[in-house]
Amino acid sequence: MAILSVENLHRRFGGLHAVNDVSFQVTAGQIKAVIGPNGAGKTTLFNLVSGALMPSSGVVRFQGKDIQGRRPYEIAALGMARTYQNIKMFAGMTALENVMVGCHLRGKAGFFSSMLHAPWTWGEERAVLKKSMELLELLEIGECAHVLATSLAFGQQRAVELARALAMQPSLLLLDEPAAGLNIYETAEVGRLITKIRDMGITVLLVEHDMSLVMDISDEIVVLCFGEKIAEDLPAAIQNNPEVIRIYLGE
Amino acid sequence: MKRILAILPLLAAVVLVQLLTTWTGTQFYLTQMTMAAYYSLLIIGLCVLMGYAGQISLGHAGFFAIGGYLSAALTTRSLVPFKEAALVRLLDSCGLLHAGKDLYGAELLVVTPWAAAVFAVLVAALIAVAIGIPVLKLKGHYLAMATLGFGIIIYRLVLATPWFGEADGISGVPPFHLFSGVTVSGESSVRIMNYYLAWGVLLSGLVLLINLMQSRIGRALRAIHGSEEAADAMGVNIARFKLQTFVLSAVFAAIAGVLLTHYNGGIGPSEAGVMKSVRYVAIVAVGGMAHLWGAMFMGVLLNFLSLRGVFGSYDDAVFGLILIVIMLFAPDGILSLLAGRKKKAATVQPVQQDGEA
Repeated sequence: MAILSVENLHRRFGGLHAVNDVSFQVTAGQIKAVIGPNGAGKTTLFNLVSGALMPSSGVVRFQGKDIQGRRPYEIAALGMARTYQNIKMFAGMTALENVMVGCHLRGKAGFFSSMLHAPWTWGEERAVLKKSMELLELLEIGECAHVLATSLAFGQQRAVELARALAMQPSLLLLDEPAAGLNIYETAEVGRLITKIRDMGITVLLVEHDMSLVMDISDEIVVLCFGEKIAEDLPAAIQNNPEVIRIYLGE
Repeated sequence: MKRILAILPLLAAVVLVQLLTTWTGTQFYLTQMTMAAYYSLLIIGLCVLMGYAGQISLGHAGFFAIGGYLSAALTTRSLVPFKEAALVRLLDSCGLLHAGKDLYGAELLVVTPWAAAVFAVLVAALIAVAIGIPVLKLKGHYLAMATLGFGIIIYRLVLATPWFGEADGISGVPPFHLFSGVTVSGESSVRIMNYYLAWGVLLSGLVLLINLMQSRIGRALRAIHGSEEAADAMGVNIARFKLQTFVLSAVFAAIAGVLLTHYNGGIGPSEAGVMKSVRYVAIVAVGGMAHLWGAMFMGVLLNFLSLRGVFGSYDDAVFGLILIVIMLFAPDGILSLLAGRKKKAATVQPVQQDGEA
């Protein structure tokens, strides 16, 4: 069953067709990768799916609902989480607090009950704290919990961002270059982690440049080039697709 | 419990100041300390808006003035000429009006301070909603300019409206009997009680805001400040949270306006002036933007000095200078200089296992 389907999606920036008539589906429970050379429109595609950008035309359907044109917070509430290519930490907040923001949608405390520190918010607050701590431990950065997120090392920030997205308990997780800037050991670790996330029942859609990672973990791959989809297949077939080889290696 | 304990030293300081002034026979200081406490109530509300939610407002004197002017006008302007109007009769039958005699023995019919206060704060909140919905879509200096425009409108309105006393403002505002035995009034016989009342209000406000900042809502607000895009993707309804914070800070300003007006027995147009708004922003900046304690401390200190006339005729110039110096040398507030630059983002003790408090 398709958890996400993209149909004839277009996005133009002036005369540039950043995403041009792209259609594909993501089946629940799989890891699907979007690859392509720089400027292929991968991040634009992510922004269109997550609501950060409005499509010029086309349909994005998530869990049976048309979501194109909805605000990101509404799409998040439907169960979609994402990370960013250039990490977006909440400056001025600790790693733990960053992850706790990820639990926002699970909480109910409002302005008044929060101001009064009302007893019925305590249980929720404890649960959020426990859950967030568990996620940090899962990503092996528990000891950084009380450090300001922006002062952590790059790889750790990446982990905090992932923990934050997982705290939303999403059904679909969009990962924008999760291995960018990591060495081969860390990349392998991220690969294992993404597989683990899939095994937790979370569908994963990722953009990635690291081909060995993509080939290792993906169930299916979509290839974009200059905003257009040029291939969609199993990893082994993509590796032997002459068109893909042409755009990656040249003639 | 921890949060209550954190307030205790401050509470002790408040009592100490009162005792000191009594022993040394300098109780007149308490009057300015009372007024400074009310101004600081506005300051901490603005601190949440600016420092945590990241929205600047150069129009908060306007909300202060809405609270102050409405309660002043309603509790002093006689409704005798409209006695037969249906609305006035309805209010009277609800017990919201108060009949009396003015200085010259003429019949007087005014709104009771409680009803006027509730009405004034409600109006401030509604105006904040009406202004906030369009204006909070703006960012940075565009937002600053739009709120500045709002402040100017309120200033010119009170200056041009006879009902608000034009350039004279409104005087003869009656005392506000909050509940039995507690009255907001500038009479020297109730000076000590009013000092404690003002500080009680300020500290209650501080506790409420500290609670807010350490909650789900506070984290969402700080997240908006940290990265709007990521907060949006986490499911934080940014527009709504900005608006709610704007309204909250407007309500704090209006309550400060109501109480201070009853305490002073009047209000003048300078309270609505743009320079007042600039001063409030300057004080929040000195306190360290996202630092409730710093904002409150600086609010009390600078307002006290200003009210004592320490800055003389250069009052507004001093606050302008403070703003420039702070922006240049200590954009994270004066306390950050003391604590060293490293701690610049430290806020109200972020998260602690405090569920049992």
